[in-house]
Amino acid sequence: MPFDIEVYKFIKRILIMTIATNKSKSAIASALEKRILILDGAMGTMIQLYKLEEADYRGERFKDWVKDIKGNNDLLCLTQPQIINAIHREYLEAGADIIETNTFNCQAVSLEDYEMQSLAIELNHAAAKIARLAADDFTAKDPSKPRFVAGAIGPMNRTLSLSPDVNRPEYRTVNFDQVKNAYKEQVKALIDGEVDLLLIETIFDTLNAKAAIFACLEVFDEIGVELPISISGTITDASGRTLSGQTIEAFYTSVKHANPLSIGINCALGASAMRPYLESLSNSAACYVSCYPNAGLPNEFGEYDETPHMMCEQIDDFLKSGFINIVGGCCGTTPAHIKEIAEHASKYAPRKPKNN
Amino acid sequence: MTQTRYLQLSGLEPLTITPETNFVNIGERTNITGSKAFMRMILSGDFDSALGVARQQVENGAQIIDINMDEGMLDGVAAMTKFMNLIASEPDISRVPVMVDSSKWEIIEAGLKCMQGKGIVNSISLKDGEQKFIERARIIKRYGAATVVMAFDEDGQADTFAKKIAICKRAYDILVNEVHFEPEDVIFDPNILTVATGIEEHNNYALDFINATRWIKENLPYSKVSGGVSNISFSFRGNDTVREAMHAAFLYRAIQNGMDMGIVNAGMIEVYDEIPKELLELVEDVLWNRRSDSTERLVTFADTIKAKGKAIVIDEAWRSNSVAERLKHALVKGITDFIEIDTEEARLMSDRPLDVIEGPLMAGMSVVGDLFGAGKMFLPQVVKSARVMKKAVAVLTPFIEAQKKAGDSKNAGKILLATVKGDVHDIGKNIVGVVLGCNNYEIHDMGVMVSADKILAKAKEINADIIGLSGLITPSLDEMVHVAKEMERQGFTIPLLIGGATTSRIHAAVKIDPHYSGSVVHVLDASRSVPVASSLLTKESKASFFNQIKEEYAKMREEHKNRRDTKVFVPIEKAREQKIAIDWHNSDIYIPNQPGISIFDDFDLNQLAEVIDWTPFFNTWEMYGKYPTILTDEKVGIEATKLFHDAKILLSKVISGKKLTAKGVIGIFEANAENDDIEITKPNGEKMQLHFLRQQNEKTQGQPYFSLSDFVAPKTFGRKDYLGSFAVSIFGADEMAKQFELGHDDYNSIMIKAIADRLAEAFAEKMHQLVRTLYWGYGKSENLSNEDLIQEAYQGIRPAPGYPACPDHTEKRLLWELLEVEKNTGTQLTESFAMWPASSVSGWYFSHKESKYFGLGKISKDQVVDYAQRKQHQVEEMEKWLGPNLNY
Repeated sequence: MPFDIEVYKFIKRILIMTIATNKSKSAIASALEKRILILDGAMGTMIQLYKLEEADYRGERFKDWVKDIKGNNDLLCLTQPQIINAIHREYLEAGADIIETNTFNCQAVSLEDYEMQSLAIELNHAAAKIARLAADDFTAKDPSKPRFVAGAIGPMNRTLSLSPDVNRPEYRTVNFDQVKNAYKEQVKALIDGEVDLLLIETIFDTLNAKAAIFACLEVFDEIGVELPISISGTITDASGRTLSGQTIEAFYTSVKHANPLSIGINCALGASAMRPYLESLSNSAACYVSCYPNAGLPNEFGEYDETPHMMCEQIDDFLKSGFINIVGGCCGTTPAHIKEIAEHASKYAPRKPKNN
Repeated sequence: MTQTRYLQLSGLEPLTITPETNFVNIGERTNITGSKAFMRMILSGDFDSALGVARQQVENGAQIIDINMDEGMLDGVAAMTKFMNLIASEPDISRVPVMVDSSKWEIIEAGLKCMQGKGIVNSISLKDGEQKFIERARIIKRYGAATVVMAFDEDGQADTFAKKIAICKRAYDILVNEVHFEPEDVIFDPNILTVATGIEEHNNYALDFINATRWIKENLPYSKVSGGVSNISFSFRGNDTVREAMHAAFLYRAIQNGMDMGIVNAGMIEVYDEIPKELLELVEDVLWNRRSDSTERLVTFADTIKAKGKAIVIDEAWRSNSVAERLKHALVKGITDFIEIDTEEARLMSDRPLDVIEGPLMAGMSVVGDLFGAGKMFLPQVVKSARVMKKAVAVLTPFIEAQKKAGDSKNAGKILLATVKGDVHDIGKNIVGVVLGCNNYEIHDMGVMVSADKILAKAKEINADIIGLSGLITPSLDEMVHVAKEMERQGFTIPLLIGGATTSRIHAAVKIDPHYSGSVVHVLDASRSVPVASSLLTKESKASFFNQIKEEYAKMREEHKNRRDTKVFVPIEKAREQKIAIDWHNSDIYIPNQPGISIFDDFDLNQLAEVIDWTPFFNTWEMYGKYPTILTDEKVGIEATKLFHDAKILLSKVISGKKLTAKGVIGIFEANAENDDIEITKPNGEKMQLHFLRQQNEKTQGQPYFSLSDFVAPKTFGRKDYLGSFAVSIFGADEMAKQFELGHDDYNSIMIKAIADRLAEAFAEKMHQLVRTLYWGYGKSENLSNEDLIQEAYQGIRPAPGYPACPDHTEKRLLWELLEVEKNTGTQLTESFAMWPASSVSGWYFSHKESKYFGLGKISKDQVVDYAQRKQHQVEEMEKWLGPNLNY
């Protein structure tokens, strides 16, 4: 029987898939079976400490850029990579098992604000590489505590479920295919940069998240590699719903087809207000559960002022209640917060996913 | 580990379809191919009205809405996208999952691209071959939706049982094994095809669907079955009476065979049991292909009846009035359709959101209050008004919260309501809460079974102005006394309101008022609660009202004492000597057909609905009169009819959706009387003593002193006799009521409880009938109308522990033990021997033809001491439980 090139391709694909799946999934999944994993803290808060100015953001390469780019933190992976590297290492030093790439806004759609949509692939790739090197260094130092890189996929600055114009409720600034394609670009570049998992996070509109999931699944199919997907939504206020109106249970139902490694809540609410929603997820989720709250709610100056100690008091309750598998921090948290969280978490057993 | 694989869907809220969910209604009116009206709206670009259709469907109970934009004149992709995006901005629509329905793949995909939740694709099939089928299924999976699979293949539509199951099996195997589609996300539509077309091959279509449904549910694990129901009756277009009957009869059987969901116009289904017998038979002949001439017979019959013409004319003229007028109109008429937009409009015109409440809304409510006070509006209408009010307030609340710093809201006073410890009955309390709430009182309702310490702690916490206690069973009276004592001890001074079915002015005056130095006021019903609360809290009237009530109650105590002194009681021994003289030698003793315990897990609600005694239902709503004449009563007739109509609708929803469950247990045991006790033999052979009380209030010469124990043959007579017992409950009303409350719908919340109470009573009546005619069988030959049943024109009685003939609630514990009620039905007893769920009835069955209901009346200490001894209880303990019956 003549050797068929299609058969060869097929076998190769299966092999790659098996290897890829085994490598990352079993490593992080087996770590999750044993203990609670620590996710890093805020990137933005840490960058602020460097008091960077417009010129620092631009660096040499973008010194003549047509638009102001101060505040485009994702760009720093190209213009100030040493800062991003240093922050990653501070979190790893503090005990983080998983660090997130500095790619929250790295989708062409979001980067339009700075007219940098064409840089999306390059930025994601660079960010993944910086995080990969830092994580691998720490893994090499202590192989018993492998460190993982999560490709951070933010919610995007435009939303598919809400109209920006109250008089035209049917209007959208962007459509599903545009969002999906932007995410596809990001996902591909992150995988190329060798992240271990994809973290679709700070979801306030589930439809955007569904486009991101669609993008992931389509990319997996195209390149024959499958990475674990972690999903984290944001409950915006005490109503217990996402900004686009879903309850936490409806949110989980809507993203379950991603077959996620973990589902969780991050950002908007401080830890204490998260409790009922986290409990609900913990009671129903067939996968692992994550939580990375802000350091409390912002004060009058927009600053987060929960100390590591204060934050841990609440997180201790989650740990004690057996709600979580992955814990870390969002806005306002620092390596000091992560260090204390890691110390607390090490005393508790991880939650067991529900069998359903 | 047992796997639970349920179909889970979501809009803004989740919808999980479990075996308990039963039939899921999919709204069909946002389907352009099915609704001419909807098509006209979409074609003319009137999307606002189209949204109204969607909203109405959800309000009417659609759990999923089907959206279809297949129309030659229309850009389907654009229309689907626009409509889906519009829905996303309407939380009261988008809370339910969407079914995107199209024969064109690109329209389906357009719908999926706008779908935040997990919806359903309707549909894919093997029509275009396996490859297309697999490709589309993969894409659907990637969008995270469930899918309907039509029983279609390359050769066309499956019209026979064999083809239907072959195609479904093939599709299932491909989806589950190749595409790795979750099996619970596969919903088969095995084609509901039109019958009675005159073509012989079509005659078995309905049966083929039913059989295929059953086969799928048995052979294709976790999958679901759906279908478009109205197709079945297409031959009878224009004759809604026949069509509705066909839909009801078809669904009845299809659901029994496992159909999980269907595209249904809820307004186009008759209640199965309401289909006239003649029509039902003709329809079922057609559906189940029972005779060769069934189609002609139905067609002939159909020609003789005129379609009823169900169009509802709505007068919309009031919409052109000022916003304040519109709000008032909506409140008085109980219309919720526009309340949100009207409230929003009023808010935008006001300086503060609170002004809307204090201004037009309160003005509207005071009109309602005036009309109610004048007897021109009735309680059901007031509760509907309250529903409108609540919705309006819900619109304003976020804005008020935001502005809270600007100053607290003013209200007439804070009233804390609770049903006391040990008691579970709350319909009356809820009504009082609603009525007071309508009158600008801030209501804190603590629910049922609330202990005194919790009530008082809460009262302190919120700084309550009044505490209102409610209770239905007699032990609650004691608990109320306890609360009053505690209030005194803790130094409270605020007024205490007393209400509930067993409470009375005399009890409040004699037993409660002396223990509390603050105001104690018995409130007869909800309509009296407002003037009482207002008199108690208004500065000017407060002091005089306090004095007036205190004096009145003191006077009542005095009179009560004097009156009591005139009554004469005979010693218990003497009363026993003059028991009813039953000639046991010439009495029939009936040996039961089915001795021992029988359990009813899920009694058919349809059968119960038939025997409901509606008169007490109207009483619940404070409409006094006998059913059915109350419906034509000059004064309340119109409102009673509306109320009855609403009740019937909810009842049919409850029945078709299987929202409530009737569970019961009965038992018939060997028994003989021994003095005032009855010795009963449990199924395991053990003996057990039941205890009864005897009248002692002196009678005229020759009249007997009754005790229930007299109706069972005495041991001394030497022959075995029997005694029965029962406990029946309706489960699920509380959960439904909570759901309604979440939707600010007090009207239906109260309604569902009132209906559940009626069903429980009907269940007790039905069981009694079955016991008489079948299980015990002494009344085999009885043939009674519903009216006769309500009149109790039959032999034998079913008195309940805690009620007049045997007022001791504690005997319920024995009944529970005897029938193992908690194990067999799940019905529980509280510490005060109230039954939970509240819609429960229990009691004893006496068969002797001379057995009759009586009131025990007051009894003397000699009997109480004797009774306590028989029960091996402390005398004080028995005195506590028998409080209302003591003559000392």
